[in-house]
Amino acid sequence: MLLNGELSCTELTRKFLNKAVLNQNNAFTKVFEDEALQRAGEIDQKIQNGKPGRLAGLVFSVKDLISVAKKNVTGSSKILQGYVAPYHATVVNRMLDEDAILIGMTNCDEFGMGSSNENSYYGPVTNDNDKNRVAGGSSGGAAVSVQEGSCHLALGTDTGGSVRQPAAFTGLFGLKPTYSRISRYGLLAYASSFDTVGIIANDVADLELVLQIVEGPDGKDSTVYQGGKSSDKEIESIAYFRQALESEGLQEEIRENFQNVIDRLKSEGKRVEAIDFPEAEHLLETYYILTTAEASSNLSRYDGLRYGHGDEVEKAANLIESYTNTRTEGFGEEVKRRIFLGTFVLSASYHDAYYTKAQKARRMIRDKTLDILEDFDLILSPVTPTTAFGIGTHTKDPIEMYLSDLFTVHASVCGLPAISLPTGEDNHGLPIGIQATAGDFEEEKLLNFAKYLSNLGS
Amino acid sequence: MEINRELFDKIAGLAKLNFSEDQREAMMEDMSKIITWVQKLEELDTRGVEPLVNMSHELNVTREDKPAEHLDREIVLRNAPRTKDGFIMVPKVID
Repeated sequence: MLLNGELSCTELTRKFLNKAVLNQNNAFTKVFEDEALQRAGEIDQKIQNGKPGRLAGLVFSVKDLISVAKKNVTGSSKILQGYVAPYHATVVNRMLDEDAILIGMTNCDEFGMGSSNENSYYGPVTNDNDKNRVAGGSSGGAAVSVQEGSCHLALGTDTGGSVRQPAAFTGLFGLKPTYSRISRYGLLAYASSFDTVGIIANDVADLELVLQIVEGPDGKDSTVYQGGKSSDKEIESIAYFRQALESEGLQEEIRENFQNVIDRLKSEGKRVEAIDFPEAEHLLETYYILTTAEASSNLSRYDGLRYGHGDEVEKAANLIESYTNTRTEGFGEEVKRRIFLGTFVLSASYHDAYYTKAQKARRMIRDKTLDILEDFDLILSPVTPTTAFGIGTHTKDPIEMYLSDLFTVHASVCGLPAISLPTGEDNHGLPIGIQATAGDFEEEKLLNFAKYLSNLGS
Repeated sequence: MEINRELFDKIAGLAKLNFSEDQREAMMEDMSKIITWVQKLEELDTRGVEPLVNMSHELNVTREDKPAEHLDREIVLRNAPRTKDGFIMVPKVID
């Protein structure tokens, strides 16, 4: 990191805090001023004694959906106001064990459900490039905490693009690892077969280092990958989906930018081919059926009895009324919409037609994608159909908002790793990103590609 | 697919959510639209495909059967709105 004795951790942390406490973009739900400074002092001591951890001097934020012990962890929901996490998430423990400094917790769409960070109990996060525009979501606050200069790096979560899309909207690098590469212990669950911890930074080397530290087996999450690491061979061949570039809603500057990157890679001697992937037409339906089903089940824990917003318990005449009142009061509109849809697709009469059907589609899509990755090192696509859109422009029609996840849900449906990296700007100076997807546990390949493409320049 | 009043109330009951008259109208409309939209999945031919139900690459990762640390009861109960004698209190279940 920056520590050759020129700048102390305390000075560095002070500098970041000066920005963070202003909260100009509503990126933070809480800032840990005193604790961050105290910790910075301790780490300065460790550096003097010659025994700093591998992340000494790295200042980071945590999405308010990942548990930090003794803090009110909320998922940006009213229903968890007052809930104090009894333990750290595994990722938080691993960061702190290596002497990273936690500066605060970041705003997000409620329980990770949204693509613009407008579905938050704390109000929308604004994009530091243009405060009339969204930051992206659901890890909008995470991305902006780095974008506005309040920390080096942010931990977020990515269920269908929640790290990659805001990274693209803010001109940063966002990594969604392979499903199960990083422990989910301590995350507020949204869709358990999709949820991953993602990392946002403005530097690929930071993503790489932090991935090494937070990934790997954890006694508290039995789903985590127990195996070794992938090879980091050079990228020679790249596929992209013909239909992706032809999609109607794709902003012209993004299409051009994508075409430029492809041309550049070809001129560097890479094999780049357009392929057909008709199943991609059904990605969004598959994604929304499965994630809402899992959400309706996961969110049934918010009953107001064991934790959180429980005012209604006193007033209720019976148990069912108490559940219903708590949830009706505590959940926001989009969360209710998804719980409702999930309950519908899981209900007895419709289970096979929707839920089982989507699970079948998921296998087809994953198998077909793995076949493509047999022939190619990477799949390349835009990250988003448009650059950061205006606040309030997509909130009327939920389907319109869901369509903005078009490119990111693919890796999530397949459980594959994907990275979003900045490749240019549109005519308003808003960042454009590109997304690369690789095979299971091939994050190193993605990171190498990100470095390679960044060094190529435009 | 049209979500009628009867189906809407049934699902809302299962989900333990209440809607005011205005909210119900708006939500019924949204749901009809969204369900019609996801119904497009019918067009995908999935005959002979097994559902994919588990995304983890691991199967039955276990630990040794020895007592390990657990959360302190007092800390856990601090989050509950109503407790008594180390238990969580709930409203009356049966009359």
